[in-house]
Amino acid sequence: MKYIDPHIHMVSRTTDDYQRMAQSGCIAITEPAFWAGFDRSSAQGFFDYFRQLTEYEPRRAALFGIQHFTWLCINPKEADDPAFARDVIAIIPEFLKCDTVLGIGEIGLNKNTRNELIILEEQIALAETHNQLILVHTPHLEDKLKGTRLIMDALSASSVPPERILIDHVEEHTVAEVLDRGFWAGMTLYPDTKMTPQRAADVIEMYGSERIWMNSAGDWGCSDPLAVPKARLELRRRGHSAELVDRVTFDNPRSFLSQSPKFRLQGQ
Amino acid sequence: MKQVSGTCPLSRQQVIQQYFLEHRARLLDVAAFLDRLDRSSDSGEPDFREIALRQALTVLADDQPHRTARILHLLSDHTTDLPQSAHGMKGALGAVRLGEGAAT
Repeated sequence: MKYIDPHIHMVSRTTDDYQRMAQSGCIAITEPAFWAGFDRSSAQGFFDYFRQLTEYEPRRAALFGIQHFTWLCINPKEADDPAFARDVIAIIPEFLKCDTVLGIGEIGLNKNTRNELIILEEQIALAETHNQLILVHTPHLEDKLKGTRLIMDALSASSVPPERILIDHVEEHTVAEVLDRGFWAGMTLYPDTKMTPQRAADVIEMYGSERIWMNSAGDWGCSDPLAVPKARLELRRRGHSAELVDRVTFDNPRSFLSQSPKFRLQGQ
Repeated sequence: MKQVSGTCPLSRQQVIQQYFLEHRARLLDVAAFLDRLDRSSDSGEPDFREIALRQALTVLADDQPHRTARILHLLSDHTTDLPQSAHGMKGALGAVRLGEGAAT
């Protein structure tokens, strides 16, 4: 058994988690840049964070046979100050040359503000200019439906093809629109505020297994770095085939991520 | 909404066997939460989240498909205006006040 967790924030997790993930069959992860739980005071703080994502975490993951890839951006929460956000965006291109950087992410909206939207559009343009994949964060709770639609409109106004964009944190009220518009959809398995493995299995049963993946988004909050293997177990408990389980937890993320020439799995 | 009947491979009896106890416990959690609200130390006006939760409970019992999506819609902001900045705004609270973007 092997799987990919395509969205997890390992900078917030312990080395024990890498060990448990490896023991559970994880062979690769991708880690989007995100909000660290506090607002950073300077673009230099992001420079250091991007170095952590591109230099330190791949080495820590490799100790357990896990390949580590990453996505870079200024996250939506800290993007509400456009001048600050532009200082951060300016340092991203030099990191896009790194071997493990797959694209721009996780960009999106947090409170659905005009400032956030401006910076979202500028980061979509950055992905266009540098021919990068895009990983999208959609807002939480009551803000998700409105924010997801605003984000999809902004993406559709760009020249980035929808098949090169994954919209994450979908739930039952957003997944159909995301898939219908040609994007990939990600389901985040989270103990309290997002999806359970059971609901993720329900979504796959209702909306199919094309262009969809699941991830743990494990971070500094209450979250579960083993959420993906738990979802695999849930699907198997219901009698779904090993082929379907592998498709949504390995083949699909590999297909989407392989659109970046940098995503190559060792020994595969 | 999409027609989804027959998409779960388990029989009705198997779904009950596999999930009943877990969801019995969750239902009792909701009941206990409502009891706790009734027992609260003041008799203040219901918070908008309590009102939204009670509306959602009617969806649970209406015997129509797509309850999860419909509850998520009910709890979503349906406004179309965009504030300039998030400065001074609170984080997401999980529901919307009537008259401030709640579904009608």
